[in-house]
Amino acid sequence: MTEPALQVERLEVDFPTKDGVVHAVRGVDLSLAPGEVLGIVGESGSGKSVTALATMGLLPKGAQVRGSILFDGTDLLTLKEKQLTRVRGTGIAMIFQDPMTALNPVYTIGWQITEAILAHQDISKEAAMARAIELLATVGIPNPAERVDNYPHEFSGGMRQRAVIAIAMANDPEVILADEPTTALDVTVQAQVLNSLKAAMAETGAALLLITHDLGVIAGLADRVLVMYAGRPVEIGTAEDVFYRPSMPYTLGLLGSLPRLDGDGSDRLRQIPGSPPSMLGDRTGCPFAPRCPLATDLCRETEPELVVVPSVSSALGEHRAACHFAEAVGRGDHGVVFSDGVVDNVIV
Amino acid sequence: MADPTPLEDFVIQTPESVATAEAGMHTLASPGAGLGLSGADTYGLSGEARPQWRIVLGRFSHQRLGMIGLCVFLLLGISSIIVGHFWHYSFTTITNNLNDPPSWTNPFGTNSIGNDMFAQVMAGVEKDIEIALTVAAMATLIGVTVGAIAGFYRGWVDSLLMRFVDLVLVLPVLAVLIVLANKLSKESDNWLGLAIIIGLLSWTYVARLVRADFLSLRERDFVEASRALGATNRRIIVKHMLPNAVGPIIVNATLTVALSIIFESTLSFLGLGVQPPNVSLGLLIDQGQDSATTEWWLFVFPVAFLIILILSIFLIGDGLREAFDPKKSRVRA
Repeated sequence: MTEPALQVERLEVDFPTKDGVVHAVRGVDLSLAPGEVLGIVGESGSGKSVTALATMGLLPKGAQVRGSILFDGTDLLTLKEKQLTRVRGTGIAMIFQDPMTALNPVYTIGWQITEAILAHQDISKEAAMARAIELLATVGIPNPAERVDNYPHEFSGGMRQRAVIAIAMANDPEVILADEPTTALDVTVQAQVLNSLKAAMAETGAALLLITHDLGVIAGLADRVLVMYAGRPVEIGTAEDVFYRPSMPYTLGLLGSLPRLDGDGSDRLRQIPGSPPSMLGDRTGCPFAPRCPLATDLCRETEPELVVVPSVSSALGEHRAACHFAEAVGRGDHGVVFSDGVVDNVIV
Repeated sequence: MADPTPLEDFVIQTPESVATAEAGMHTLASPGAGLGLSGADTYGLSGEARPQWRIVLGRFSHQRLGMIGLCVFLLLGISSIIVGHFWHYSFTTITNNLNDPPSWTNPFGTNSIGNDMFAQVMAGVEKDIEIALTVAAMATLIGVTVGAIAGFYRGWVDSLLMRFVDLVLVLPVLAVLIVLANKLSKESDNWLGLAIIIGLLSWTYVARLVRADFLSLRERDFVEASRALGATNRRIIVKHMLPNAVGPIIVNATLTVALSIIFESTLSFLGLGVQPPNVSLGLLIDQGQDSATTEWWLFVFPVAFLIILILSIFLIGDGLREAFDPKKSRVRA
């Protein structure tokens, strides 16, 4: 196996607040092979974005980060701000959620791309501008030579996100972190942006850590999927494993809450009842237990470990899930459906 | 492993059907991109670069009052220089005509020692503008630096700098100016020293303004995005954040120009500002006040020019404020 491009081990992030310590991330292990796409899914507050920000060293000052983030042989968590600055952009680049605000309104798109290039490379402005036009062409902006002189407000939302992708790939990073890159865009535009992401990866050969709560995006792009709940990975495996043999009730719930295109349209959307647990203070048992139809006393007392479970195509990587009944869930012994009672009664 | 308690709402659902739904979304999500790509151009605007300053200047040129202010200010500034070089009297020339009322040779009359008042007033305007621009440049430089650092770094840096701002702010400005200017007034060519003192006392407002702007700017995503791209703090402050705060800074610098002219006039009026043989409008007003009822031209012309000068600068400031405000003016120049 090749050296992973990025390896996160036992990452924990705490935020001290006046109400107590918030455990935003509670032990994330992941490794990202060069050129691979790893999707991270989960609800709001499950620690997806915090994991990404911790990797970039962009968490607010009060955050307490433990564990290790290995990139290029060094632990990023031990680096000083100045050394991190050198990694950011050239080693790891980040794409933010909202392209409306991630671009500086007073500069042209071209200026912003060249600025990213000139921050790390010692080349002439003209060469940087030529590269900017090339990058815009790669991400699929029509007329890049003219568009390079436009301001962000002259771009549509999807074009802006593509420009953001162009900026992220400007310094040929080895890892691109995309934090919900399509969430702020409508569905047709999402497709363009995903294509741009693919083009960016093809050109730079970068690995992609794709954070989203859109399972459609994950299904379209990801090689492997990490499902997070309450600051912990609850299932990780190849996209096939997670979509075809989900072994954790929460994953099932996520998949079940999607609209079905193959039904007759009479089905109501299924939801997972309840809401994610508070991340404040300590807790025992499985964090998903209060919302899980399978929960037993065992679940409420001990938090399940992430264990190896059978995979659809065992050749590819490992499939792990954190559930006491992972094997049974994976076999489909209990087709788990969440209901909040009321909705179920309506279904004919 | 115990079998989990069977619940009534367990329904058999195969993972395959879920995945089919997924696959459906997927096909919709990737090859359709070509369609959107070509479409984007139709609603895209034609690309012609319009730098921010050109947009602002374009908007400013539509502000009637602002343009009037600018014209008057430029007229005063340029003519004061021309008069200084080409008028047949210099402001130091002493003629034999004492206390002459306005005439063709002396349009603003002459004073009690025979100076031509037109040359004197224009020299006063020139000196006032010199002082005011020096003050505004200094105040803006100090204020922007302090405000940007305080707003960007927050924490103890912010507290320290802002308490210092408070300290400067609570100093009774006039009293300090009087004490310091008193020392300076001993020297005859003291206008630069005077400008520096006024500058050192008038940067606090800019500092607070820039700090407030930076506090909100630093939370914006593009600042975080540029940090994620490996920009250093200095680069972020200078190249990414400052250009976003340039509107209020320029508007405030304009007002500082006007206010420092008022300050200088006050000091000169009290005899603590510009010293003879140099002249400023405040000094002329001071010298002319005794004869305001008899030799009216000694008093009226300096006062009128002071008012016109300050008014024109305020009009420029107002026009710039409108031009920089994206919400107020929808004029696309």
